Amino acid sequence: MQRHPRPEPAAIPLPAFAGTDAADAPAPGPATVERAMELLAGVPDPDIPTLGLVDLGVIRGVTVDAGGRATVRMSPTYTGCPATDLMKLMAIDRLLQGGFSSVHVALELSPPWSSDDITADGLRKLREAGIAPPEYRTTDKRHLTGEVQSVACPRCGGRHTRLLSAFGSTACKALWRCETCAEPFDHFKCI
Amino acid sequence: RLGQWCGHAPILEEDIALTNVALDLIGQARLYYQYAGELEGRGRGEDELAFLRPEREFGNLLLVEQPNGDFAVTIARQFLFDSFNLLLTTALVNSSDARIAAIAAKAVKEVTYHRRHSASWVIRLGDGTDESRRRIVAGFETLIGFTDEFFESDAVDHLMAETGVAPDLATLRQPWEADVGAVLAEATLDWPARTWSVRGGRHEGRHTEHLGHMLAEMQSMQRTYPGLTW
Repeated sequence: MQRHPRPEPAAIPLPAFAGTDAADAPAPGPATVERAMELLAGVPDPDIPTLGLVDLGVIRGVTVDAGGRATVRMSPTYTGCPATDLMKLMAIDRLLQGGFSSVHVALELSPPWSSDDITADGLRKLREAGIAPPEYRTTDKRHLTGEVQSVACPRCGGRHTRLLSAFGSTACKALWRCETCAEPFDHFKCI
Repeated sequence: RLGQWCGHAPILEEDIALTNVALDLIGQARLYYQYAGELEGRGRGEDELAFLRPEREFGNLLLVEQPNGDFAVTIARQFLFDSFNLLLTTALVNSSDARIAAIAAKAVKEVTYHRRHSASWVIRLGDGTDESRRRIVAGFETLIGFTDEFFESDAVDHLMAETGVAPDLATLRQPWEADVGAVLAEATLDWPARTWSVRGGRHEGRHTEHLGHMLAEMQSMQRTYPGLTW
């Protein structure tokens, strides 16, 4: 019986995201920690592009050695978030374009990422994008007891809202509806 | 199993919810598989462990390989598992193994959501219409005999309990029965009759007929195109 050769799987090009196009490539510059953080701040979250990786609080820190080699400590949001691998690739890409000689991303699980890690800028950008940010911190008593609270509508600010689905368009969001303006909206879960 | 509901759940929100739960569980499994591969030190990674092991080498609980049935059967299966998984994961947060403790500390946030979701459906279905009640009762009766396996230990489990890596599984039975009992009570349901019990999946790799079919489908790409990546 004739055996058919197995075809090599074709390489699939990565889709281009805002901020990662060649046209937006940063000019090479000094390989310093400050510059690395600056460049990483410009890497968008693939699922919520209005938010940068630094806004999201997933960048725990960067070290740069004398040879311009960078190590980025990154903490994934949800264990199964499909954006994590892409975030890694985009961060590496950005720093290489910026002139770092090599880039390693170390995933850090502990302490776990929390919605408390989103920066004040990040919370503002979420609201501007029509996504209700987490209402409170995970240390809040209401979170610990799982009490259902109302989330302010990011469009009209109304408080008369209700949960439609505890799981939304991405792992980090739930689906709500505003009873005042009747619009559905995403809520970034408090976790 | 949860992914099979994509496009088929009774409502769109459940399509999204069940697949989101699946995604979390895959994420957690990946972290444990990566660690297992490193500890084994034979060059096997998460993909080899997931895609290239035969059925008999899988040590999953028999409960989680059971077919979806109707929506109520799936909810019964998920609630029985989520309640146990939350207790186990909560205990693993204090594991003497730092890596396992770190994975569990991340996972426990997700599993808390899973349990809350499936428990709320048990209550709605049980305390709902005659039809929804009939179905959730049937779901629990179909699956209850797979739950004794949660609390059984072999020599490896005993060693892990002694060294503080994992809890003594038998100690989880009482809190699990309390949690399931409270949700059943709120759902106006009685405990299903526990007249049968099967075991052998987690410790011996003796599975129900369903796992082999699922693995055949899930592993075929990797076996046909070794090393394929997405």
